[in-house]
Amino acid sequence: MELTISIILGFMIIGAIYALHAKDLLSAVIAMGIVGYGLVICFLLLKAPDLAIVQIVVETITLVIMVAVVLDSTRKEVEIKLDRRTIINILTGFVVFAGLFYFFILAIQNLDPLGAHSLRMSEAYVEGAVEKTGSVNLVTGVLFDFRAYDTLGEAVILYTAALGVLTLLRIKGKK
Amino acid sequence: MEGMSIIVKKVSQLLAGLIFVYGIYIILHGHLTPGGGFAGGAIIAGAFILLILANGSSALNLKKEISGSSNTESLAILMVVVLAMMSLAFGVKVFFSNFLPKGEPGELLSAGVIPLYNIFIGIEVAGAILTIFLALVIFKEESSK
Repeated sequence: MELTISIILGFMIIGAIYALHAKDLLSAVIAMGIVGYGLVICFLLLKAPDLAIVQIVVETITLVIMVAVVLDSTRKEVEIKLDRRTIINILTGFVVFAGLFYFFILAIQNLDPLGAHSLRMSEAYVEGAVEKTGSVNLVTGVLFDFRAYDTLGEAVILYTAALGVLTLLRIKGKK
Repeated sequence: MEGMSIIVKKVSQLLAGLIFVYGIYIILHGHLTPGGGFAGGAIIAGAFILLILANGSSALNLKKEISGSSNTESLAILMVVVLAMMSLAFGVKVFFSNFLPKGEPGELLSAGVIPLYNIFIGIEVAGAILTIFLALVIFKEESSK
């Protein structure tokens, strides 16, 4: 199973790199779709169907909206001129990448193997969750009982996003 | 916004109901099977988006719809907070406590307030995604005039 996930992750990385460098913006959007749907298959293989359902629906809706936006505006990528500022930006990017990669290596040496749970909190959640919450689906039990504050925060974020879009677009449309 | 050809229109009309019912099933069975408020709400919003994209609609109709969907999502998020506050009045007096009887695990009517939270979060997510989509469509219609 790890081999399958590695192959899919490889495809996702290729898709992401292609999306960055594509000349045509429409093909960049489609390449981003590879990343999203690859993530869905990874979630299914890692036995997380709850996340997979959310991811596949949200990915489809965002892909439709992105394709509509690209078809309606322009399909050409902005051309990059190589002046002094661009070179400084690229160098800064490389320095930040090197720093992040160093700390990534440091962090990954202290990780447990994939799927092994070592967190103290999660054991308390898993044991006797059905008696405590009454919900057979553990994920929903955690979402709406143990971690209900998080869920409220997520819902409020969505509400604020919708409010922000309404406000921004209304001001522009009235002019 | 113009609609598509008659084949797309008919197929989307046939499919939208099925997608809508599937979203309701995902929400109502959120405490039994994979899924829940977020997934089901996104599916329901997808059914509406499919209908609007395939059949098209005038900006005037969409404006009525956007006021309805934004009102619905506001009421739903308010209901979530009200439900959480109600647990301060009943049972153990803790914000977000499960104050209803839990029932038999595995039954449709079980898990206390969790199905109620699922339903209202589902309405909220569906309303929010639909509102964002409609706002973008109306903006495009008005700016192209």
